[in-house]
Amino acid sequence: MNYWPLLGIAIVVIGFARRLNPALVVVVAGIASGLLAGLGIPELLALLGRSFVSNRALLVLILTLPTIGLLERAGLRERAHAWIAGLKQLTFARLLVAYLGPRQILSSLGLISIAGHAQTVRPLLAPMAEAAAEKIDPALDDAERERVKALAAATDNVGLFFGEDVFIAFGGVLLIQAFFNQHGIELDPRSIAIWALPTAVAAFVIHAVRIVLFQRRLSRIATAKAAHDQD
Amino acid sequence: MIKIEYVYWLCGALMLAAGYFDFAARRRAPAAFWTILGLCFFAADAVEAAAKAGNVLPAQIVGIAVIALGMIAASGLTRRHADDGDAAQRKASAERLRNQLFLPALAIPLVTLVLVLLIPRLKFGAFDLFDARQPTIVALALACVIAAAAAMALTRATPVAALRESSRLLDALSWAALLPMLLAMLGAVFAATGVGEAVAHLASAAIPVQSRDACVIAYALGMALFTIIMGNAFAAFPVMTAGIGLPLLIEQHHAHAAVVGALGMLCGYCGTLLTPMAANYNVVPVALLELRDPNAVIRAQWPTAVVLFVVNVILLDGLAFR
Repeated sequence: MNYWPLLGIAIVVIGFARRLNPALVVVVAGIASGLLAGLGIPELLALLGRSFVSNRALLVLILTLPTIGLLERAGLRERAHAWIAGLKQLTFARLLVAYLGPRQILSSLGLISIAGHAQTVRPLLAPMAEAAAEKIDPALDDAERERVKALAAATDNVGLFFGEDVFIAFGGVLLIQAFFNQHGIELDPRSIAIWALPTAVAAFVIHAVRIVLFQRRLSRIATAKAAHDQD
Repeated sequence: MIKIEYVYWLCGALMLAAGYFDFAARRRAPAAFWTILGLCFFAADAVEAAAKAGNVLPAQIVGIAVIALGMIAASGLTRRHADDGDAAQRKASAERLRNQLFLPALAIPLVTLVLVLLIPRLKFGAFDLFDARQPTIVALALACVIAAAAAMALTRATPVAALRESSRLLDALSWAALLPMLLAMLGAVFAATGVGEAVAHLASAAIPVQSRDACVIAYALGMALFTIIMGNAFAAFPVMTAGIGLPLLIEQHHAHAAVVGALGMLCGYCGTLLTPMAANYNVVPVALLELRDPNAVIRAQWPTAVVLFVVNVILLDGLAFR
């Protein structure tokens, strides 16, 4: 067993911890791992190039940018903000939980790319969450505003991850099936996906509780500020 | 037929446009960055075809381009703050267009949804209207084109203005846009160089194999930790399941394979929530939302991930050994 390629992992950990440019860290780690495994430079370059282009589907989300850019210049975020501010019943927690549930359900039906950080979080969910948070604390400071936006992004991730695994034609389920099949264990995709259901429910409950707790914290901060202002 | 290749060419065109606008504004590093990346997107099909036919030279050239991209990213490719015009102008426009502004934005998910449902039906004899290899990506791309046309009509903008907007956002994303592809590449290199087997080997040597609970915890932790390292539960799954899940849990302690597979993968997903290596989920949104703290999204989701991981371990222990 050759343990030297593990140094590639060490490079990634140290590079990320020292906050060097992640793109460079990743390229250097790949080169180091390849060379330490005994690959020649021509083979290594070919491996880098081939695996780079075969993963280009990951960048398709940039096709949303012309639309998002035009709409933002025309005031999309301002409108999302104003619309939420006008809806008295829609609290911060209700907004995010109302996003989390359908996102999970749609992902579990295989509808994964209909939402996402570029498609829905930046243009819609993040400004709406900000507006909903401002209804609680009108003088929301920058640090809290960052937390609100980050929680919106986190909500999209949780909804996607713990929905898609319930979908039987999802790559993850098929990967599990194929792996066991290679090792002589026959499994039906449905029998795998069903075991993801308890976790999906738990993920919804845990994250929804955290959203509600976040909202409570915002109100506590707002009350403290108001009390401070009266002194 | 609308082929998947056209989708990648369109991505390449957006990148070349960003390179052109940066070049015109004398921002040399981003101009070079987007031009090289755009050319890689246009060349990718030829590179893959040549590699399949046994000619690795084009792939090697892309390999050199990737190294160049990493070096440009490290040498002064700064994220440009997205300047989206005058705030008063945006506000006035928002008040004029009101909820119509939501339509093109909502068109992206809704048109994607309709196309995904329709694509299997849009067959005319042997002629597929859409590439059947990756129908969701083709659907998303087509929805983006339709939404962009709607946005141009609504805001009375020209295609050039739309390209200028996408270039502005690409410059704001900068190297973060590239990170998911680079990390997937690193995963492939780790797989090809046996990093996974080495990790599984070390892990299985450290476990007291007689204890069922120790094996359950080792497998779950192994999935989460290896996913944190690789940024991807799919890369961790075969390695950890071959190293720990299959020999120890299933063969030695008679665990149910479907439960081990499903919950093992979900333990990996908890790891995905915790790692900057999962760039498209944890780093790209930081850039998109222009957050100052590079770990802001991970900070927002770690408590969910940790509690859910504990739930997964309990479920694995309770359900796999019936």
